[in-house]
Amino acid sequence: MSDNVVDLPIPGTKSKADTTAEVVGKSARVKRRLTSRTATAVALVIAVLWTLPTFGLFISSFRPAGLISTTGWWTIFQNPGFTLDNYQDVLFSTSQSSPQLGAYFVNSLAIAIPATLFPLVLAAMAAYAFAWIKFKWSGGLFVLIFALQIVPLQLALIPLLQMFTQFLRPGQAWVHDLIPMIPEQGYLPVWIAHTIFALPLAIFLLHNFISEIPGEVIEAARVDGASHGQVFFRIVLPLAVPALASFAIFQFLWVWNDLLVALIFSGGTQDVAPLTQRLAELTGTRGQDWQRLTAAAFVSLIVPLIVFFSLQRYFVRGLLAGSTKG
Amino acid sequence: MTTADLLGKIIQVVAALAAFSLVIGLVLFLIDKAPKRGRDYWQLAFFLLPALILLAVGLIYPAFRTSLLAFSNSSGEWVGGENFVWMFTQPAALVTLGNTVIWVVVVPILSTAIGLAYAMFIDKSRGEKYFKALVFMPMAISFVGAGIIWRFVYDYKSGDNAQIGLLNQILVWFGAEPVQWLQTSPINTFLLIVVMIWIQTGFAMVICSAAIKGVPTEQIEAAQLDGTNPWQRFTNVTLPGIRGSLVVVITTISIATLKVFDIVRTMTAGNFNTSVIANEMYTQAFRAGEQGRGAALAIVLFLLVLPIVIYNVRVLRQQREIR
Repeated sequence: MSDNVVDLPIPGTKSKADTTAEVVGKSARVKRRLTSRTATAVALVIAVLWTLPTFGLFISSFRPAGLISTTGWWTIFQNPGFTLDNYQDVLFSTSQSSPQLGAYFVNSLAIAIPATLFPLVLAAMAAYAFAWIKFKWSGGLFVLIFALQIVPLQLALIPLLQMFTQFLRPGQAWVHDLIPMIPEQGYLPVWIAHTIFALPLAIFLLHNFISEIPGEVIEAARVDGASHGQVFFRIVLPLAVPALASFAIFQFLWVWNDLLVALIFSGGTQDVAPLTQRLAELTGTRGQDWQRLTAAAFVSLIVPLIVFFSLQRYFVRGLLAGSTKG
Repeated sequence: MTTADLLGKIIQVVAALAAFSLVIGLVLFLIDKAPKRGRDYWQLAFFLLPALILLAVGLIYPAFRTSLLAFSNSSGEWVGGENFVWMFTQPAALVTLGNTVIWVVVVPILSTAIGLAYAMFIDKSRGEKYFKALVFMPMAISFVGAGIIWRFVYDYKSGDNAQIGLLNQILVWFGAEPVQWLQTSPINTFLLIVVMIWIQTGFAMVICSAAIKGVPTEQIEAAQLDGTNPWQRFTNVTLPGIRGSLVVVITTISIATLKVFDIVRTMTAGNFNTSVIANEMYTQAFRAGEQGRGAALAIVLFLLVLPIVIYNVRVLRQQREIR
């Protein structure tokens, strides 16, 4: 899936250079495999089993409400029917009973983009400092940050929420008074929470990559009188683009798919809550409105699926590297 | 959503991004103009402090606060180990702990087994890329989305109505009575576990596949010349060759499973005896107002994750030394 990208390390596998060399050299020669006919059949069964649930939901999201609730999607040929009404209803309808996902879709984007960029920049800066600025407790501090990865975010939720209500709320109220268009409950708490929870992993991953940049390049620039800021922006950031991209994709999808942080810090209103929170709410209150649930689920899936199919190689790398987050 | 709402949201995002880049850019500019003496310290502070302060205030301090909270009741009075006693004596809480154990035993084993088998079966086959993409796709989907997808599979219609959930329809085809899957304990816990396996198998498959390709072909060839059958080659050559990756896969999935929240929340909200620690932590702390109990559950979660992470790190480090 991944070829030719210099990239984040996958835990527990050989480094890519080793693997590709071996594979290219030998797989052509030896086409020996376990794949008998049974194996192929089993693989096919697994592939079908893994795809069928999503496929069923996808088909159903285009079926009229009456048909969804009375016939199974596998009878689509006996009970044909195709409509875009479900999507029209969940996205744009203003009626009270509609999920009105449009606003939540905007929220998901508005949360995910800054919540990806903030930790990315801050972590890249810290990673640079750990890798290329010599100071006294560099090693110890780095180990501490690495160790923070084991803290489940559940451990921070309650006090963090208390702090936000105490210190952030007044500031938000002030902004709301200043610009009434901005609701009193803004995105700020969610952004900050996501940024904090992303930092340990981000610093660790980016440090792995940034510290691999050849020292001569950076030394040469420093000798020529470049400040750390210039080195960081002109040399390190451009060279670290593959790692930054992998982490950015991972973090974007993590935030987009997150439910827990949103539930606690968003307040759950149309002003802030992302799609996942709205979906979870819908399954609770309207668990049998399948014409809405199917379409709504696909609205939330479309962005991750686009990212997945278009940026697969970065995506796989990023996801594997960040798999212990949370 | 009105246009004003939308505008307000866009303003928030643009303003936040602008403010963020402005502050970073400005400070950077000023630091480059700082007096020569001590400039290095200023630069170090600029690069390091934002992240460090956020972590100290937003992660380390709250973690300590939570540890204290775990020993107090909902009104903040010190109660000693009462919350932990509650956790290990109340029947409902015990069910939660038991479920978590079931999850963390079943999910890693089955996901890894299926992922490994699948990776072996499709290794070097035609269309391997597409086979991989199909099974890996669920990893892109949110747990909430996955929850809805599978609730649809488990849907139940009463009486003579046609079933619209695939699982019940299969029962009907075989002449059995449809079941209210998600309301029937204990099978419902296993049905939720299926969702997690569905998601995590892709992860196991990709790592295993990369590891399998790293097993030297000479060894496989040699074993073949010795007249071994494929199963023997698998157990004696491939399996030892990918042991390290398997450990990483199992531990990583275990950690993810211990923290599973969204699936339970979306599918049953922890009702019908399906709750797990992470879900109960949320329910107690943010729904029932029992912050002490929530904090205690968070601590237990941390203590459960801790040994696995440490083991995981040790294995990773050993592998790196071998290399």
